[in-house]
Amino acid sequence: MAKLNVNPTRMELSTLKIRLVTAKRGHKLLKDKQDELMRRFIELIKKNKQLRVDVEKELGDSFKEFLQASAVMSPEMMEEAVAIPKEEITLDVKKKNIMSVNVPIMTFKRKLEDDQGSIYPYGLAQTSSELDDAISKLYNIMPKLLELAQVEKACQLMADEIEGTRRRVNALEYRTIPDLEETIRFIRMKLDENERSTITRLMKVKDMIK
Amino acid sequence: MYKIGVVGDKDSVLAFKALGVDVFTVTGEHDARKTVDTLARNRYGIIFITEQMASLIPDTIARYDKEIIPAVILIPSNQGTLNIGMDRINRNVEKAVGTNIL
Repeated sequence: MAKLNVNPTRMELSTLKIRLVTAKRGHKLLKDKQDELMRRFIELIKKNKQLRVDVEKELGDSFKEFLQASAVMSPEMMEEAVAIPKEEITLDVKKKNIMSVNVPIMTFKRKLEDDQGSIYPYGLAQTSSELDDAISKLYNIMPKLLELAQVEKACQLMADEIEGTRRRVNALEYRTIPDLEETIRFIRMKLDENERSTITRLMKVKDMIK
Repeated sequence: MYKIGVVGDKDSVLAFKALGVDVFTVTGEHDARKTVDTLARNRYGIIFITEQMASLIPDTIARYDKEIIPAVILIPSNQGTLNIGMDRINRNVEKAVGTNIL
């Protein structure tokens, strides 16, 4: 541990003492923040992983259907069928503060929310049933996909914040606080030493005067 | 109000068009980068990008990791998953916890 480069004076001693108190308090607060962030993060990341596994599997299924559909239909027909969508999804983003990390809360607005009609934007006569399956599967995955987006983003932001917080906690714990303590001890020793030398000097002077 | 965009090769993302999200088909690295950047500027809240395309432009994706909006989310393409999405989750865990606990 390196002691700080300061003059051993009473003045410095009192400033350093104040700094030490602040550093310890800061360390405690940051440590608490890190613990809570970690707890939340682990909850979220588990959900994130589960969602991703599900979504990837279901998307794979849907792509398979779609591939089959494109095998039996001509590419032009395919594009024409999906060219003008009936549904429209927009997104509303609010921010939520989890331990000073701003994470997005996403809500989705579907234009066809209450519409009971078919979700397919094309007539049934000229398209294959594989396309219907693919689209209906994809339609059912969408809520999960959107939830995944929200959770994954939150995890990303929290991971960054946890990393930063941990560095700060460690810097305080292993660097700032020991350094301050060492320096305070050094100044105390020096002041005590000065005091002792003054006393001895005074005693000597007194002897000489006698 | 934000929009949702899907970026990827044509065969993979065409189906999304029927759901009313905006679909952008890209062919190469340059194309993909330009599209993602344009979408990010134009109030797209979520950008889904296929892993095949994302693997070409990792630095562009990483640039949006620290922003709240947009969320760039990787999805598998019709050729299956490259596991980049999973890797990103695992990397996040390692970054936060120090080791992979999952």
